[in-house]
Amino acid sequence: MIEGWLRQDGRKGIRNSVLVAYLVECAHFVASEIVTEFRGQDVQLIGFPGCFPNEYAAQMMERLCTHPNVGAVLFVSLGCESFDKVRVSAAVEASGRPVRTLVIQKAGGTKSTIKLGQDWIKSALLEIDNVSRTPLAPSDLVIGTVCGGSDGTSGISGNPAAGRAFDFLVAEGAACIFEETGELIGCEEIMAERAVAPELGQAIRESVLKAERYYQTLGYGSFAAGNAAGGLSTIEEKSLGAYVKSGSSQISGLIKPGDIPPCGGLYLMDVVPDGDVRFGFPNISDNAEIVEMIASGAHMTLFVTGRGSVVGSAISPVIKICANPETYRALFDDMDINAGDIIEGHRTIDEVGQEISELVYAVAGGQQTKSEQLGHREFILTYKSFEPIGPACLPNLHS
Amino acid sequence: MTELKACPFMRLHPDDNTLVARINADEGTKIDMDGGQVQLSQTIPMAHKIACRHIKSGDVVLKYGMPIGVATVDIAPGEHVHVHNVRSAYTPSVVLHEADAVS
Repeated sequence: MIEGWLRQDGRKGIRNSVLVAYLVECAHFVASEIVTEFRGQDVQLIGFPGCFPNEYAAQMMERLCTHPNVGAVLFVSLGCESFDKVRVSAAVEASGRPVRTLVIQKAGGTKSTIKLGQDWIKSALLEIDNVSRTPLAPSDLVIGTVCGGSDGTSGISGNPAAGRAFDFLVAEGAACIFEETGELIGCEEIMAERAVAPELGQAIRESVLKAERYYQTLGYGSFAAGNAAGGLSTIEEKSLGAYVKSGSSQISGLIKPGDIPPCGGLYLMDVVPDGDVRFGFPNISDNAEIVEMIASGAHMTLFVTGRGSVVGSAISPVIKICANPETYRALFDDMDINAGDIIEGHRTIDEVGQEISELVYAVAGGQQTKSEQLGHREFILTYKSFEPIGPACLPNLHS
Repeated sequence: MTELKACPFMRLHPDDNTLVARINADEGTKIDMDGGQVQLSQTIPMAHKIACRHIKSGDVVLKYGMPIGVATVDIAPGEHVHVHNVRSAYTPSVVLHEADAVS
C-alpha cells in the first residue's frame, strides 16, 4: 500500500521536501549556499530572478511553495526587490507549513544569512519529520506530461505509450494534464470533440486560436524543413505526434498554470499568456512547462524524449521516457523507460504504457527516478500574464 | 545485440492507411500487406510513411487513426507518403476566425 504525507488542505504528497526560494536573482547565491550544506538531503533550491513585480510569478510561487510534495519553505530576500514576500510567506503559513523569511540586507549580509538559513533548515527538517502519513490512492495523484528533445521516434513510440499510461491512470481516478496548445495547432477540432461538454470544446478551440496568434506575432514558424526531413508531412501530423501523449480519454477541463484539477480526469493546460505578447516566448525551455504542471499540483511529470533530455525537476520527480532505442542505450543512466522497444518491435505501445503506469505508482510510493537519483532539480520561473479561466473550463462537480 | 522484428514498419492504429518506418528501410525490402506483398521502390527513412492500401486522390490520409492530410494523387500500396503527394487539410483557426468576423 502506498502512503503519502497528509497536508492541511487534504492533498497528499509523495515527497516531503524543504524548499529554499530566492525572491530575486540578487539573493540567488546566498540561497544556493544555504542549500549546498544539505547535499544528499531533500533540500531544494527554487527562485524567481526578476526584480519587477508580476502577478503570475507571485501566484506560481504560492502554488509551488504549498505543493503537497513540500514540507517547509525558507524564503531568501535581498530586501529591496518587488516580490511581495509578506503575501507569499502568509500563504505558506496558512497552509500549515513551517516557513521563515531571511532578508539579506537586514540579516547582516551573505555570511550571516547563510548561517541563519542553515540553522533554520536543520530545525525544519526535524519538524517536518512529524507530518502524518496516510494511504494514497490513484485518485489522489496529479500527473503531468511533456515532450522535449523530440526526434522522429517521439511521436511513434514514447508519446503513444505515455498516452496509453494516461488512459490507465485516468481510468483509476487520477488527474492527468497535457499541454502546449502551441504544439497542438491542427488538433483543435479533434480535441473539441473529446471535450465532455460543447462549451468546453469551444474554450479549447479558442485556446488554440490564441496560441496561433501568439506564435504568429513572435514570428515562430510551426512547420519547418527539418520536420519534413524527419518524416512529418503536414502541420496536423506534427501536432498529432505531440497530441497522442494525451491518450484517448475525454477531456474534462481546460486549466491554466496554477489551477488545480478539482477531480480526476484528463485536463488540457493552456500555457499561452493572455492579452498582448509582452514577455516573449511562453515557455523558454522544458522545465518552464514542468514548473507550470507542478504549480497545478502535479506530483510527477512523464517526460518523453527522443534525442535525450536529461533534466529532472525541483519539487516533483520526472519520469524520463526514451522514445529512441539508440538514445536509451547511449544515455542509459538517465532514462527510466525504454519506449525504444516499440521501435525495435520487442514490445507493444500497450505494454510500455503499462510499464509507465506501474512506475508512476512506484515513484508515488517513494522510488526515485533516474534524474532524481542523479540530483537533477531544474527550475525556471519567468514573467507571464493570464486572465482567470472561464466557467466552461472545469467539470461541474454537482451535475 | 538486440534482435529486430522482421517488418521495419509499424501500424499505429487499425484504421490507418499508412505504415510508419521504425528504422531506415532499404529499397527492395519486401513488406507484407493485406492486399499482398509489395517491394519498396525506394529507401524509406525512419519515421517516414508508406501506404498500406490503395489511396485515391482526395482520400483522407490516416495516422494514429486520425486525419493527417489529403492525398493529392493516387498512391499505391508500398509507396512513400509525404509532402509530394499529401496536402494539409488544415485551415488555421486564425484564418477561419477572421473570415467569420463581422467588420
